[in-house]
Amino acid sequence: MAKQASTREVLFDPVFNNNPIALQILGICSALAVTSNLNTALVMAIALTSVTAFSNLFISLIRKQIPGSIRMIVQMVIIASLVIVVDQILRAYAFSLAKQLSVFVGLIITNCIVMGRAEAYAMQNPPWPSFLDGVGNGLGYSVMLVALGVVRELFGAGKLLGIEILPLVKDGGWYVPNGLLLLPPSAFFLIGLFIWALRTWKKGQQEPATFTIAPQVKEAE
Amino acid sequence: MSSNKESTARTLIVALVVSLVASVFVAGSAIYLKPVQQENRLLDRQRSILAIAGVGASPSGTALSSAEVRALFTRRIKAQVIDLTTGEADASRDALTFDALKAAQDPKTSIALPGNEDIASIKRREQYATVYRLEKDDGSGELEALILPVRGYGLWSTLYGFLAIKPDLNTVIGLGFYQQGETPGLGGEVDNPKWKSLWPGKTLFDASGKPVVEVVKNASGEHQIDALAGATLTSKGVDHLLRFWLGEQGFGPYLAKLRQEGA
Repeated sequence: MAKQASTREVLFDPVFNNNPIALQILGICSALAVTSNLNTALVMAIALTSVTAFSNLFISLIRKQIPGSIRMIVQMVIIASLVIVVDQILRAYAFSLAKQLSVFVGLIITNCIVMGRAEAYAMQNPPWPSFLDGVGNGLGYSVMLVALGVVRELFGAGKLLGIEILPLVKDGGWYVPNGLLLLPPSAFFLIGLFIWALRTWKKGQQEPATFTIAPQVKEAE
Repeated sequence: MSSNKESTARTLIVALVVSLVASVFVAGSAIYLKPVQQENRLLDRQRSILAIAGVGASPSGTALSSAEVRALFTRRIKAQVIDLTTGEADASRDALTFDALKAAQDPKTSIALPGNEDIASIKRREQYATVYRLEKDDGSGELEALILPVRGYGLWSTLYGFLAIKPDLNTVIGLGFYQQGETPGLGGEVDNPKWKSLWPGKTLFDASGKPVVEVVKNASGEHQIDALAGATLTSKGVDHLLRFWLGEQGFGPYLAKLRQEGA
């Protein structure tokens, strides 16, 4: 068996070394949808982190009891229940945010990060490291979401958390907002740039090319 | 041990226990949080009524706090239950507890709409409805705006909203939906402030009192509003639901009565 990873590694590896969005390219859908302002990005990050952490914990607790034939569906039941509970809590205590997030909280169920960690980590590891692994991967997702949220809200609307930072031209300031940043496609560009930056910094994350492009051949006479 | 874990009986038991625990957990949280959620929904409803009537923001333009919404609502809005068929106010029903949407489900308190009259595709219409009167702030009790609940089917979902009109019972103050499930970015743009800003000032009826307001492409004139780009069916839905609720099956009789009293 490989050496036991330390708490620190389990918790912080997914943030930069094995980021679920930047390296594994998981959970992109919600990263596009909820990051047009920092507020919703933060709430989504907290919601996903708690779901991943607790689903890992509960699945790990009963991992020795789960029969292999129904393992996935048992994981889904646990994840789905947690998501419903989180959705209910948001509706009770953060109603206007819950309205903005609309379907995306429910769609945490289908977020590959949650299921991926349950299957890859929690099924083989004891509860406490599993919980930390969930928190760590949630953090990795959160870092990306918050970064996207900051860039998109700051340069798209001149605000952060609804507070004006760059005064807009239309309110008598000097900043002309970039409207594209408020639209979902901009998150694609930003995620691409983040991945580029991260892989330039940590060269180990670069993947070998899957195929090489053949050289141009001259047309036959 | 491991073969025991994979046996059919064991599989069934694990499935059953996990489902039971999960359902208790989910049901428990739903029931426990229900009162808070209902309170939120009520507040949200009141907030949207005030916003549509144009008094939803403080003079400085910031959103009102929950307490301010509640206070403003109780001070200036008078809710009233009316009989949709006769247009009479019905004082025997309490506007605070009367739930028109629930009433529309119950055969005893609603009527089924024949297909050709059901242009808003709501299938059943309640016998009674709650309308909200925004009264002038000077305590005279004079009408400043009348807010009518409207609903109808768009493309995917029923749109629930409010229409606020001026005391002339013809000019729009605002239209807004507090619940809809249309395609985000297309039909969902019914919530877009830019589109909503097209409504104020439009008039709903022609000289004979027929509802003529329309949601069309290349709108012109005082009865027409530009349709939403890429959302033909949602736009049609909004058009139809207004026609329905302003017509004879909707608030037509009530509005006619008000006009008579005013004249």
